Amino acid sequence: MTRLGKYLSARWLAVYAVVYMLFLYAPVVLLPLFAFNDATIISFPLTGFTTQWFTVLWETEALHAAVRNSAIVAISTAVLSTTLGACAARAAARYKFPGKRPVMGFIMLPLVLPEIIVAVSLLVLLMQLGMSLSLWTVILGHILICTPFSIAILSSAFQGLDNSLEEASFDLGETRWGTFRRVILPLVMPGVVSSLLICFTISLDEFIIAFFLTGTDVTLPVYIWSQLRFPTKLPSVMALGTILLALSVILLIMAEWFRRRSAKKQGIEASAGGFM
Amino acid sequence: MGVTLDKEARQGLTLLSPTALYALLMLAAPLAMVVTFSFWTQNYLDIDTTLTLDNYREAWSKPIYQVLMMRSLRISLMVTVVTVLLAFPIAYYLSFHVKKRKALWLFLITVPFWTSYLLRVFLWKVILGFNGVLNTALMQVGLIDEPLTFILYNSNAVVLTLAHAWAPFAILPIFVALEKIDRSLLEAAEDLGDGPVRRFFRITLPLAMPGVIASTLIVLIPTVGDFITPRLVGGTDGLMIANMIQIQFGKANNAPLGAALAISSMVIVAAISLVIYLVGKKMGGRTE
Repeated sequence: MTRLGKYLSARWLAVYAVVYMLFLYAPVVLLPLFAFNDATIISFPLTGFTTQWFTVLWETEALHAAVRNSAIVAISTAVLSTTLGACAARAAARYKFPGKRPVMGFIMLPLVLPEIIVAVSLLVLLMQLGMSLSLWTVILGHILICTPFSIAILSSAFQGLDNSLEEASFDLGETRWGTFRRVILPLVMPGVVSSLLICFTISLDEFIIAFFLTGTDVTLPVYIWSQLRFPTKLPSVMALGTILLALSVILLIMAEWFRRRSAKKQGIEASAGGFM
Repeated sequence: MGVTLDKEARQGLTLLSPTALYALLMLAAPLAMVVTFSFWTQNYLDIDTTLTLDNYREAWSKPIYQVLMMRSLRISLMVTVVTVLLAFPIAYYLSFHVKKRKALWLFLITVPFWTSYLLRVFLWKVILGFNGVLNTALMQVGLIDEPLTFILYNSNAVVLTLAHAWAPFAILPIFVALEKIDRSLLEAAEDLGDGPVRRFFRITLPLAMPGVIASTLIVLIPTVGDFITPRLVGGTDGLMIANMIQIQFGKANNAPLGAALAISSMVIVAAISLVIYLVGKKMGGRTE
């Protein structure tokens, strides 16, 4: 009974896994379908192939501005959160000091805090300080939610470092900065790149914080949100979504590749689940 | 400070300080500010800084806020249960049955999560709508004669969409917990005569409990604060407390009330999370 039972349960689980993956991919698959569909309404049956919606994107000025804004926000966020993330990950991995757990816990808090709370509390503070909303206020918020992801990625990179390499470098007369630049940084570089890419991707897609903290310059998700209200704009939004999807997947594959290289460099088996 | 730190501790603290300082200024200070704000009142553009409990009185006693709060909790709890229950078999399958290419499976699970959240929610609207993908398909197959209407613009649609959105967050912690289980324990249970079902409930599930609790909390807490999904697929019966918070900070221009609503919902969610954590810990700890 047990062998047959095992076989059956494995079989059922495999079927379930496939159905579940279909559920996960259902909306994603529709995106390119409607992006290339020759109809102004988003529904089946598909009527024909067209690339006109992509042409529309090319001609929409407001979209270009949103892309520029998003690029500024995402790049600044990626660089700044990875810098902050690297400091914290290195401190946590290398040094023992009092209060490490509570402070690290607090820095990681935005991972579980609803984004609306982060957004609203930052908004209240900025209002009280009399600061006007701009792309910079969005960046401030995005750094807050991206830093924990960066720490999670970089922690494994820094934990894998062999302390004796650092000692050897000191013994050979390198300064602290020289050791960092010539020994540590090259070893964790793939992790740094992976963190930059992940933070960029998160920031590029983030809507709630951007929605509350943006001024007159809107980011891409805020622009998409404004377009969802107009039925005639939907096919071109689908085209835009398809481009973003392709971009995210490429960035993710690159990030994963770098993460594995970092693991391999340090002789750790490239284990699964690096993104989370 | 009177406490003398050794060199290592000083170096560590120095290195951590930029990040810690940022969290202090951009997280601790704003949170403190929003708490203060919730005790103030607003008249159009003027903020009255006299401390008062009026906002909380209104947030806790007005029927509309009570209804929205209860509904948000109900929907979020339902989303959590559905998401975690659907996720567990996948995590189990990955951990126990997939031998090669585990990383590829995990990657495939996370890909849909990295596509625009707004568009994913919007596409569920396309799938579930009156003339949507699901209805058209079912009618063409002949399973139904007229479009199903109970699948969009209500709380069911919100639950389904959120269960989809949070799937990877639920799968990964459970998967990690299952991976940590020492396989020899399972063999031991089998040798001692436990059947597969008994073995699952006595060994696998209790040991996977930390992962289950983690994914429960990871899904529960943020879903209470979501306002996009209710707005796009919830209709009027599916609106949640976050929609009201957003309205108070936006159109209604009553930020102090919005702050009081936000803090009230966070306190309630934190209390529920604590209960889940303690109960789960007890359930997982029984075998030790």
